[in-house]
Formats: sequence, structure tokens, C-alpha cells
Amino acid sequence: MIARVVIMPKRGVLDPQGKAICSSLHAMGYGEVDDVRMGKFLELRFGDGAGGEERAARVKAMCERLLANGVIEDFRFELVEDGAPAGGRTDTPR
Amino acid sequence: MKWGVVTFPGSNDDRDTAHVLRNVLGQETVPLWHKSADLEGVDCVVLPGGFSYGDYLRCGAIARFSPIMGAIARHAASGGLVLGICNGFQVLCEAGLLPGALVRNRDLRFVCRDVTLRVESISNPFTNLAFAGDVWRIPVKHGEGCYVADPATLDEMEREARILVRYCRPDGSRVRDDGAGRSDYNPNGSARDVAGVMNAGRNVFGLMPHPEHAADPAILGAEGARRSADGMRIFQSIAHWVDQRREQASAGSMR
Repeated sequence: MIARVVIMPKRGVLDPQGKAICSSLHAMGYGEVDDVRMGKFLELRFGDGAGGEERAARVKAMCERLLANGVIEDFRFELVEDGAPAGGRTDTPR
Repeated sequence: MKWGVVTFPGSNDDRDTAHVLRNVLGQETVPLWHKSADLEGVDCVVLPGGFSYGDYLRCGAIARFSPIMGAIARHAASGGLVLGICNGFQVLCEAGLLPGALVRNRDLRFVCRDVTLRVESISNPFTNLAFAGDVWRIPVKHGEGCYVADPATLDEMEREARILVRYCRPDGSRVRDDGAGRSDYNPNGSARDVAGVMNAGRNVFGLMPHPEHAADPAILGAEGARRSADGMRIFQSIAHWVDQRREQASAGSMR
């Protein structure tokens, strides 16, 4: 079982890294990008396959207590089976 | 009075700070190891600058779970003094002992230079030997010093005179005062030019500038040199406040 945790700067919190990346994309000719915000992606691996409410509640507590800072960041997570493909598109061969 | 300076893995201003307290201020100072939960009876705990735990995850995020932080939270809850400098400020925000958070500098650069600070409030343990409006020159050196907090928290701190120092121009003025000019005196984009804040209990203070690097006359240089000893005002204020409290307590017990 893996928890995939995404942490993003809250709306309204200055994200100078995202801004710098956005300007760089514009300079490269990707003017269609309106905005970039940069966050973090973490994978927490659990030895057992247990999912369910209790696991979710504990991952939520981990996010609130350590992984994200609620003053400046929002988080979301999903619990997936180990080896499950990540969503989205990639050119990296699996 | 007795001072304690905490060392986390990655702290690097702990010795400079202890040197200033011990040899410049001339007071008893003990090192406190992050794994200890014993504050050894100190009156004021200093969390020094550095890169605790490599700044992993977020600056100060890992350090706040060190065993000593529980003892520091209890010390603060019972009215004991806590001073956080730079990374120490970040640790105090992460621990919830101070409001807000410190994020990446506006201009994405690590800033290492002198800044000028305006003393905003003096009725507290940390700046009581200054005059409101004094301008100090003290160095900063950080990559994540941009203070953020929600507007309601900033308003509340302003009402309660808990923003003790703000970045300002060398003449003490700020954009907000006159509405003119650029805010390039603000080294990191900090909200409302905040350089240091105090908690609601008025016994915990954190700031990004380094008072311990503007303190020792041995490194101030010859006459006309640019260095400043303005940082001493903070350590002296704390010592003065503790001494006064002690005198009041002993006068009270003799009555």
C-alpha cells in the first residue's frame, strides 16, 4: 500500500519558484502558460496492504502534523496498491 | 541570569551566539543538546541560526519534533523567555509557538547583507532598552525569510504591538509610511516588512536578522568601520527584563 501525497502552496501565498519557472517557460516560447505553482509529491510505503478509514485517518494526521504546514500549504492524498501506475502521461518507460 | 543555546544537527550559529552571551554580555550560558529534554534552569532559551536537519521538508519542520522542543514549549507556557534567530524563528513558527510561517525569498536569492530595521514596539522583554523608531543595522543571511501570515493575524499583531522590528530604509522610512518608492529595503518580500514577531503571551520572540553577528566589538573593526553592535540591544533588553523581574519578586517577598 502506498499513500501518494501532494502538497501545494495555498492560493494567495507567494510562490516565487513557480513564478520563476513560469517566466522561464515564457522565455522559451511557451506563452500559453498562464501560471505555474510548485509543490511537493511524496510517496509513503506501507508494508501491509491495509487501506481503509483508519489508514486514511493516520495519513491525514501525518500530513497535518509534519508533511504540510497548514499556514502556507494545502495537501491531498490517495491510497493505492503498491505498483499501481501513476495517473497522467509520461515518456519514461516503465 | 542564565542563558541556554540549543544545538540541532545543522545549527551553525550556536557557538557565535554563546560567545556573545558569555564573553560580550558576560553572562552564564550553557549549551543545550536537541536530544535533551532538560533546560537546566535557564531563564532564556535561544534557538540559533543554521540549517537544522538540512532544511529538509521545510525549514525547521523536522527540528520542531526534537525532544528539547517539548521542554521549550513547557518553558514558554509557564512564561519563560524564548528567542529564535533565523532558523530558530523558522522552528518556532513550525512548532506553533509563533504565528505565521517563513517561505522562500521573493527574489529567490539567498540574501546575505546588512539590513536596517526599525524598532516598532518597546514594551516587552526583547526591545525594552531601545526607543520606538530606533533604526538598527543588523545582518541577514537566509534563503527562506519571507514572513507570511493571514491578514487577520497581522492586524491582531499590529494592534497588540507584537511586530517588534520591521525592515526599513536607512532613515527609518517605509513604503507604507509615505506610499512612495520601491520596497527594495525589504530583503525577502516579507508581509508588511515584518522582520520579527512576538507571541500573544509576550515571552517568545523570533526574528530573521542575526543580532549575534552585530554584537562583538572585536569584529566591529577600526574607527569608521561599517560594522554595528546594534544586536546587543536585544540581549541587553532580555537581561534587563529578567533582572527587573527578579528585583520585583524579591522586593515583593520582603514585604
